Amino acid sequence: MDPQANAPRLELRGLTRRFGAAVANQSVNLVVQPGEIHALPGENGAGKSTLVKMVYGVLRPDEGEILWQGKRLAAHDPRIARKIGIGMVFQHFSLFDAMTVLENVALGLDTPGPMPELAARIREVSAAYGLPLDPAREVHTLSVGERQRIEIVRCLLQSPRLLIMDEPTSVLTPGEVEALFETLRRLAAQGCSILYISHKLDEILALCQTATVLRAGRVVGTCDPRRETAASLARMMMGGDGARPTRNAPPPRGRHRLVLDAMNLAAGTPHGVDLRGVTLEVRAGEIFGIAGIAGNGQTELFAAISGERLAASPNHVLIDELPCGRLGAARRRALGLCSVPEQRNGHAAVPIFSLSDNALLTGYRRANLVRNGIIRPGAARRFAERIIDSYRVRCTGPADAAATLSGGNLQKFILGREVLQNPGVLVVSQPTWGVDAGAGAQIHQALLSLAEQGAAVLVISQDLDELMALSHRLSVLHVGKLSAPHATGELTAAEIGLLMGGASAEPTDIVAHAA
Amino acid sequence: MRLRVEARQAPSPMLNALVPALSVFATFLASGVLFAIMGYPAGRALYAFFVAPLVTMNGWSELALKAGPLAMIAAGLATGFRAGIWNIGAQGQLTMGAVAGGGVALALPDAQGAWVMPLVCSCGIAGGMAWGAVPALLRTRLGVNEILTSLMLTYVATLLLAALVFGPWKDPEGYSLPQSRMFSDSATLAPIFARARLTAGTVIEFLVPVALWFAMRHALVGFSIRTAGAAPAAAGYAGFGEQRVVWIVLMAGSGLAGLAGIFEAAGPIGQLIPQITPGYGFTAIIVAFLGRLNPLGIIPAALLMALSYIGGDTAQVSLGIPNGAAGVVQGLLLLFPLSADFLARNRVRVVA
Repeated sequence: MDPQANAPRLELRGLTRRFGAAVANQSVNLVVQPGEIHALPGENGAGKSTLVKMVYGVLRPDEGEILWQGKRLAAHDPRIARKIGIGMVFQHFSLFDAMTVLENVALGLDTPGPMPELAARIREVSAAYGLPLDPAREVHTLSVGERQRIEIVRCLLQSPRLLIMDEPTSVLTPGEVEALFETLRRLAAQGCSILYISHKLDEILALCQTATVLRAGRVVGTCDPRRETAASLARMMMGGDGARPTRNAPPPRGRHRLVLDAMNLAAGTPHGVDLRGVTLEVRAGEIFGIAGIAGNGQTELFAAISGERLAASPNHVLIDELPCGRLGAARRRALGLCSVPEQRNGHAAVPIFSLSDNALLTGYRRANLVRNGIIRPGAARRFAERIIDSYRVRCTGPADAAATLSGGNLQKFILGREVLQNPGVLVVSQPTWGVDAGAGAQIHQALLSLAEQGAAVLVISQDLDELMALSHRLSVLHVGKLSAPHATGELTAAEIGLLMGGASAEPTDIVAHAA
Repeated sequence: MRLRVEARQAPSPMLNALVPALSVFATFLASGVLFAIMGYPAGRALYAFFVAPLVTMNGWSELALKAGPLAMIAAGLATGFRAGIWNIGAQGQLTMGAVAGGGVALALPDAQGAWVMPLVCSCGIAGGMAWGAVPALLRTRLGVNEILTSLMLTYVATLLLAALVFGPWKDPEGYSLPQSRMFSDSATLAPIFARARLTAGTVIEFLVPVALWFAMRHALVGFSIRTAGAAPAAAGYAGFGEQRVVWIVLMAGSGLAGLAGIFEAAGPIGQLIPQITPGYGFTAIIVAFLGRLNPLGIIPAALLMALSYIGGDTAQVSLGIPNGAAGVVQGLLLLFPLSADFLARNRVRVVA
């Protein structure tokens, strides 16, 4: 008997991958059987993408081995992966808009063959798997869901034995999701294994037979999702419940300094997310947290509050009870709303400008750095020096270019620049992303003292520990919708994990699930 | 063998200072070789091209007369280039400035008084701006690329001017030549000195780049333009709306081009003719880059470019060097500084 007959389709043994000092995957073991739909749930940064990139041969593991049908893969790259039967549908697909479906498929194949034959095969495969697709259509006329079909059909043409799908539903409508699931089930029934990356718990429960849960680069458990609940999966993903330091202070009862009222906003970019009826109120002295997995509308929410994107009517955004939905960023800052965007270089700061000029960037009005339209260079330099001194920014002086500062130091400078303008409302996105622990603690302290002085602080973050430690109340952003606010002390991390996975926005449901 | 381009760690200040001088010198050298290949005595050709125009006062006056419009237009365009807005239709905006200002001048043949000239100039600015407003509107409302629209409108403007001077605005006593009547005295910029053609317009043309240098360097509006060019997202975050910046730089560039157009028509020319300038609007793009988009650097760049125009004429008259050679020299004048700039910032390495 062939010893490989009973071998799993794919087996990973002790796979480790480091990026510099950071460990993305640590000794990951994983087994995928033929015909199995295998889920890979985990928080952002849990190491899911790194892992599948190694399976597809895009990244090379530092340690460990990959076994394909029982045999160790010696050399590995995407071309070999496709040859042995591994297909991958990426989250953000790259198609040529001006070309037809047929041309796009041909470009992605190693050996496309004659075009008329390929067109016939595309029709055949798309009919067989319920993926209606016209090879002659130009890609720019297709919806996002249809574009994803091109990628799937492209994989299917190579008769894969393992299909990797990276967050495939993030761009689909509910109807399209159901159709995709149907296709995947049909594929699995024919013996194709599927590795399904998602943080959406309901999808995993509905679709998958096995789940390998990753947290901080390690496997924390393997289970059968059909015997789990959303709550128990979430607990595995987030790591226990309530073990994190949480802030138990009662939310302040001050006046509303920032209000968003039923804010709708269309996505600004092709892969963006529409905001749908976002409502929130932040009071004086309060730190309000927005949790959620990246790409659920955080960018749009930030732009809608900072004034980089305008609302449909003034009444959607109130700063100190003043309707300002139609006011731009400069006017909102004049009213006391300061902000710190997620992206430091190129958004919060101009990399090639000096720190002095970067202090001027947002401080020109509130820090009084301009008189009659003319810049006061001395005042800008002194303001930059004040930021550098108060926030212990490591640099040689205000003349340093922003690009020469380390991430943590630049973040301290940017936060200092906004806080020293005495904002009534401060919106901060990912305040400590990529920042070392010392700088992170300093940034947290600055936010806490700003709130104590009566400002309303809104923190958008993917780091739950951070939100639990800082905020009085928090809401979860999921596919452009904001959950009802909860006092931080009332929620466990697992419950937030449920909300982040889109399980439900109703507090009663969470309690029921978690119980 | 392959070549690889690597960024230098930090360009040495010494090298930075030497680059413009070296590249101009390289232009002289390459032009000399070019003349020699064409069969002209290189030394005499270079003298005729680059030195002869500078030995008389009249030569300097002619130089300033040509460099002025180039400097003013280039300084206006550079504000846009700094913001990443590529208005390459200054030639059309210049033409429309001449049409609008000249139209007013022709409509007021008997007007007297000090108010006429400012009115004519304002209309020149407005004409240029109107032509710049079309790309600005299309870009801010519909996202149409301003490079295409501004360039194509140049051809419209040139043909419109031709239609006017061949048609309704043709001088009835002009022996059927395609030209308008002469402007009245109060609608004409008189020469400042008796024996040179310099006018008050020329003085303004050299003052504008200085003013723009100040605005770009020291005013908040200049800071917002530089920010928009260096980091568009940061400009939006700071509250320097992209659309506002697009309008400001396109209005500055087209308004100044329009002013240069009416200065030419109401100055040395004194009437409307089918071709107001020998392509100053296009040459100004070269001047802007030659001056590294710095309005103060643009002044010497404009003088150098004007020298190549006049030198081309001198060389043609004295040695019979074809006028096309002047175009080649102007091309070299752009090629060397730009490649020298690139090489100062990067090194090229041969890899096996």
